[in-house]
Amino acid sequence: MHQRPWLILHPFAAIGAAFTNLIRESGAMALFFLDGIIRIPASPKQIPKIIHQMFFVGVKSLFVIALIGLFTGMVLGLQGYYTLVKFGSEGLLGAAVSLSLIRELGPVLTAIMITGRAGSAMAAELGVMRITDQIDALTVMDIQPMTYLVAPRMAACIICFPLLTAVFDVVGILGGYLSGVVLLGINQGIYFYRIETSVAMADVMGGFCKSLTFALIMATVCCFQGYFTHLRKDGQGPEGVSNSTTSAVVLSCVLILVFDYVLTSFLL
Amino acid sequence: MNPIQAWDITLTKLTAGYSGLVVLRDVNGCFPAGKISVILGGSGCGKSTLLRHILGLNKPVSGSISLGDQDIASLSGRKLRRFRRQLGVLFQDGALLGSLTLAENIGLPLKEHTSLSKREIKDIVLTKLGLVGLAEFAEYYPSQLSGGMRKRAGLARAIVADPPILLCDEPTSGLDPINAAHMDNLLKDMNTRLGVTVVVVSHDLDSLYAVADHVMVLAEGTAAFNGGLEELKATNDPYLRRFLDRNPSEEDLAASIPESTPAPIPTPRKPGSPMERA
Repeated sequence: MHQRPWLILHPFAAIGAAFTNLIRESGAMALFFLDGIIRIPASPKQIPKIIHQMFFVGVKSLFVIALIGLFTGMVLGLQGYYTLVKFGSEGLLGAAVSLSLIRELGPVLTAIMITGRAGSAMAAELGVMRITDQIDALTVMDIQPMTYLVAPRMAACIICFPLLTAVFDVVGILGGYLSGVVLLGINQGIYFYRIETSVAMADVMGGFCKSLTFALIMATVCCFQGYFTHLRKDGQGPEGVSNSTTSAVVLSCVLILVFDYVLTSFLL
Repeated sequence: MNPIQAWDITLTKLTAGYSGLVVLRDVNGCFPAGKISVILGGSGCGKSTLLRHILGLNKPVSGSISLGDQDIASLSGRKLRRFRRQLGVLFQDGALLGSLTLAENIGLPLKEHTSLSKREIKDIVLTKLGLVGLAEFAEYYPSQLSGGMRKRAGLARAIVADPPILLCDEPTSGLDPINAAHMDNLLKDMNTRLGVTVVVVSHDLDSLYAVADHVMVLAEGTAAFNGGLEELKATNDPYLRRFLDRNPSEEDLAASIPESTPAPIPTPRKPGSPMERA
């Protein structure tokens, strides 16, 4: 509360402080990202940890990703049909559903869902480990916390995001098939023919490129927020962990959407 | 056997703290090799801060902490890693990894730093767990254990690689008298049998008298005493006497209770309650 008069009296100083803080945090996060990435191939002992994290990030997210993909595809099928039928071009439903999913909705919704499910858990787990001295304990045992905790999570995200995006796309296209073909009566041959003729390899690769970027964003932001919970100014202890988790999810989602726009403008 | 085993830990004009706040100022002292040293002091006097600086987790503001003639704060990279592998550390609450079982926690340093087989690691782990009386809890997770058991498991992890230096942050706090005595005996045994240098942070006077060869008392951010246990027992320093005799002055009491602490609210007694009627 007592910071507010300072903000009013010195607005330029406040803006400057916020801006320099943003730059400092971005730089720290970039260094954190590089440190994590170069530690992924540290030793063969990393493989079981990566597999364990892949189970957590990938296998445990599979059902929810498939479910969201199915309903997203069904809604796209429904909306697409009633829009296209006005122009007499409902035969293009397959193309509309598949391109929307592969280029845009698949990577973005998958990333946001995994951030909510696994990213928040990563931030909370690392935050709790930090406030209960577990990370310091690893350090004094000469076990690098970045190698032991962060690198396997980053590797798991890099592997799982594109795979889950592929699952989302395929299930979404089947969802569009359910609403468009089974419920609304579009010819199934035309539905799949349009998908085959309109989707190019560049679309698929663009989608995977996005999902890889989102994986790195999510893993870096969530691990960073949890790992440095003890340095937060807005709360210590359990409150700090809860603030870290909230920041991790919000910042990841915002950055995913910002980078989605940037990548789309380059890929189109 | 190990070159640093015979080296003292020496503090020279150590000023230390966190983010601009100085907790310790100009502390001088020495923890002799092959002895049990106890860092004693009231709550918040900087005992754990000193321990974190000895571990190299924090850098001093000024002054130095050295192991033999090697300044710990100047160590980095491979040298710092080699130094840390000589240490066994027991944190205040054990600091066991919540996602691993007790056996996995204790075997972690061996798994990460040695090429021992799973069988060999398991044997060592069970031996160390047996030493702290937790052999039958090997497959339990830390959350399934009491605070005291977690602390004992933390000690088992600290000694699993037979380190020449053992640092313990309040090893007996939260333990019942029998387990506290067992913990003291274990530290004493490791010191006499294996020659391990032990540094214990504590405010437990029973433990102090049971294990200490050498004592450093911290008060008001500096070392109020640094010497042998017998010397401490015979001291006439008023603060140390009050501390050792558990006889706080009015000033001590005022300093330990913040002015803003609200007065206890009396429990309302309803008319007609048993107490009222009595």
